[in-house]
Amino acid sequence: MNRGRSLWSDARRVLRRNRAAMTALIVLTSLTLLVVIAPALSPFSFDDTDWEQMSVPPSLTSGHLFGTDALGRDLFVRTLYGGRISLMVGVVATIVSLLIGISYGAVSGYFGGRIDQVMMRIVDILYAMPFMFLVILLMVFFGRNIFLIFVAIGAINWLDMARIVRGQTLSLKNREFIEAARAVGVSTPRIIRRHIIPNLLGVVVVYVTLTIPQVILVESFLSFLGLGVQEPMTSWGALVNDGAQEMESAPWMLIFPALFLAATLFCFNFIGDGLRDALDPRDRSER
Amino acid sequence: MSDALLQVTDLSVMFATPDGPVHAVKNLEFSLTAGETLGIVGESGSGKSQTMLAIMGLLAENGCARGRAVFDGEQLLGLPASRLNRIRGARIAMVFQDPLSSLNPFVTIGRQMSAVLRLHRGLSRREALSESERMLDLVQITDARRRLGMYPHELSGGMRQRVMIATALSCRPALLIADEPTTALDVTVQAQILALLTELRRELGTSVILITHDLGVIAGTCDHVLVMQDGVAKEHGLVDAVFHAPRDPYTKALLAAVPRLDAPLTDQATRPDVADPLDKVLTVEDMKVHFGVPAERLLAPARILRAVDGVSLELRAGETLGIVGESGCGKSTLARAMLWLPPVIQAVTQGRVCLLGRELGALDGRALNAARKDMQIIFQDPYAALNPRMTVREIVAEPLQTHDAGLSRDEVLDRVAAVLTQVGLENEHLNRYPHEFSGGQCQRVGIARALILKPRLIICDEPVSALDVSIQAQIVGLLLDLQAQLGLSLIFIAHDLAVVRRISHRVMVMYLGKVVESADRRTLFEHPRHPYTRALINAVPVPDPRVEKARRRTVLTGDVPSPLDPPSGCAFRTRCAHATQRCAAQTPALEPLEASMVACHHAADI
Repeated sequence: MNRGRSLWSDARRVLRRNRAAMTALIVLTSLTLLVVIAPALSPFSFDDTDWEQMSVPPSLTSGHLFGTDALGRDLFVRTLYGGRISLMVGVVATIVSLLIGISYGAVSGYFGGRIDQVMMRIVDILYAMPFMFLVILLMVFFGRNIFLIFVAIGAINWLDMARIVRGQTLSLKNREFIEAARAVGVSTPRIIRRHIIPNLLGVVVVYVTLTIPQVILVESFLSFLGLGVQEPMTSWGALVNDGAQEMESAPWMLIFPALFLAATLFCFNFIGDGLRDALDPRDRSER
Repeated sequence: MSDALLQVTDLSVMFATPDGPVHAVKNLEFSLTAGETLGIVGESGSGKSQTMLAIMGLLAENGCARGRAVFDGEQLLGLPASRLNRIRGARIAMVFQDPLSSLNPFVTIGRQMSAVLRLHRGLSRREALSESERMLDLVQITDARRRLGMYPHELSGGMRQRVMIATALSCRPALLIADEPTTALDVTVQAQILALLTELRRELGTSVILITHDLGVIAGTCDHVLVMQDGVAKEHGLVDAVFHAPRDPYTKALLAAVPRLDAPLTDQATRPDVADPLDKVLTVEDMKVHFGVPAERLLAPARILRAVDGVSLELRAGETLGIVGESGCGKSTLARAMLWLPPVIQAVTQGRVCLLGRELGALDGRALNAARKDMQIIFQDPYAALNPRMTVREIVAEPLQTHDAGLSRDEVLDRVAAVLTQVGLENEHLNRYPHEFSGGQCQRVGIARALILKPRLIICDEPVSALDVSIQAQIVGLLLDLQAQLGLSLIFIAHDLAVVRRISHRVMVMYLGKVVESADRRTLFEHPRHPYTRALINAVPVPDPRVEKARRRTVLTGDVPSPLDPPSGCAFRTRCAHATQRCAAQTPALEPLEASMVACHHAADI
């Protein structure tokens, strides 16, 4: 009884025993470290053309580990740079949508009635805005900027989150333990924080692991349309698109970025599964 | 025995779980002759339902059954599904506890009933429908033709259970297995269903296996009884023998734990010593809670649901007030109104609640939250009342952290540990989650949470109705002890009259949002004045076969009317044997009659 158990310390313990999730976590961490550190160690820069080595396959002797693209730029460095953008978009946009979505949805669902009606109609109105139109509008007003992508994606994604959270909250708020908290005199923000949100986590975590890959893909779609990152800066999505066009003559241009993208998405899925199980105390006896 | 309809020998049921095999039923033996009724009684987890599922071949995927279960000369265990499907439904039929989840909500009653008939008896659509109608008549459902076109949600709980019984009996099975058929129903409806089962058995000659945790139900309906505990048969014999001369200690304990309406009134529920026994803890004046319900049609006026309609009460220090009534009578709504809890208070249209002299409605948010310190609530479902993601320590500490934010971690922990000891839990339970506990232990955690602030008043909303009998007795005993020690005032809401009788000093009977009778315990149970109170007391089965078989029950007919559309005048008149024209015209007021307060025009004459 000396050391208290809490939801989070227990979750950590359970997560540690989940092999798939731990492997995914390690892979993802090394990937992130690689993406942050490795470009600095490479002799090549992401936008320098190697005039001698255009569109060459991977080789150790030339130093181009992943080969080069049609413009002679080192693909290893470009893949890692692309990873920075993709991971950042995925994580930042998801966190933004998470924070706004959970608080908005929980408040709307918990208070219910007229407040809920107004808040959800606002969500409906935002839903009705065409996503591409919003992005183009932002580009026109503020010029091309990677942060605008975060804003645009985050602004759309929190709507889904808010709806999911609201639905869950509606079913939670009439449970007796919420009534018990009210009867004790626990303040409303505290009820939402301590009783509603922890019970939403299972659904939210699964949704997040679906959202991060989705956001990464949306970014690559925007890049494909020329609305995303601007050359010479790149992202995994952009690299995969470029590579797909040279698939037959230079397969390495597709394979490496695609491999990185796929590995990341897999990792997020495994971690999400693991987190969902870890955050539900009821499931523990079965593991 | 050669004439046995069902002969079970050496039946064992095992479940493969990640923690190793679990033996749900061990070497069970029993037999059933044609036309006989066998009661299987046991607490949750005793294996009584698993036995029946095993016989029917309906065990969960990880379960496996060994032994022999011979039905009408045929070994049922290990039969292929195709053969079993011809026995199930046709020769052996089953009725489950919850009639709502056993009926498909998207299909009309008529189609569900005729599907069984067409499958097993090969009737045409038209024949099946007319046979269904005949079956509904048989189970005493009025207006059967119209009911066939209805969906399950349009029927009341009792009516749904009748439909289930009608469906089960429609193929003239030799054996009917009823698994807790009346547990989800009110006492008056339970009495109706049990009377119906007994009558049908006599008429059709069907054998019945009745699984229940309620010994009272067994006493009145069964010939033989089988007592189970932890998958083992503890005692098996004639009902009279088992009830009057139990041999097994477990049976004795079980019989002793059941609160009985005919037991002599002990003075166990004496008032604790309190400084001033006239000190009023709670007063409720003319409380009305009216919910607006959206109109059914466009432009129709919105309807009003009068959940609580003019209830007044007073509670003194150290006193227990019991509130009884069937489901839908407004007792839970009243509890929440007394606690001044949202969202119910938004529907309070009239009335005042004063706690220790402070009017709750007049307090602002902060003062109200501070006042909550003096009143707490205990809920019906012990699991639902605890946040599944918090440990017991966090759950019990929360009230303390809310009201005494200045306490250090150690002080909080000390108080939590102390209160857990008080409710009979150990320190090692501190760091566990609710799902790791049994229902009774969870209820103790709920009580600990209510006690930690040392409140003056605890409102118990059906605190024991989700628990096994022996656990019920423990929890009621705990509440009595705590009241004696701490001078608590209790409001005890329940539909079980026997429990209310044991714990309360005064009792209030509610019907459709109104108080129909209110008196001290002895007066109410010995001289009930209102016809509804009499019917309620009469409907409670007594765990004594002699008493049960000797008495002629006056079964209350029909269901509680919808509170959306209550009858004019006296709300009870539609089910009352004494109703006259005056009852329809004039609403009776709650008036003193000798030692009671009664709302009935004819109370003095009957």
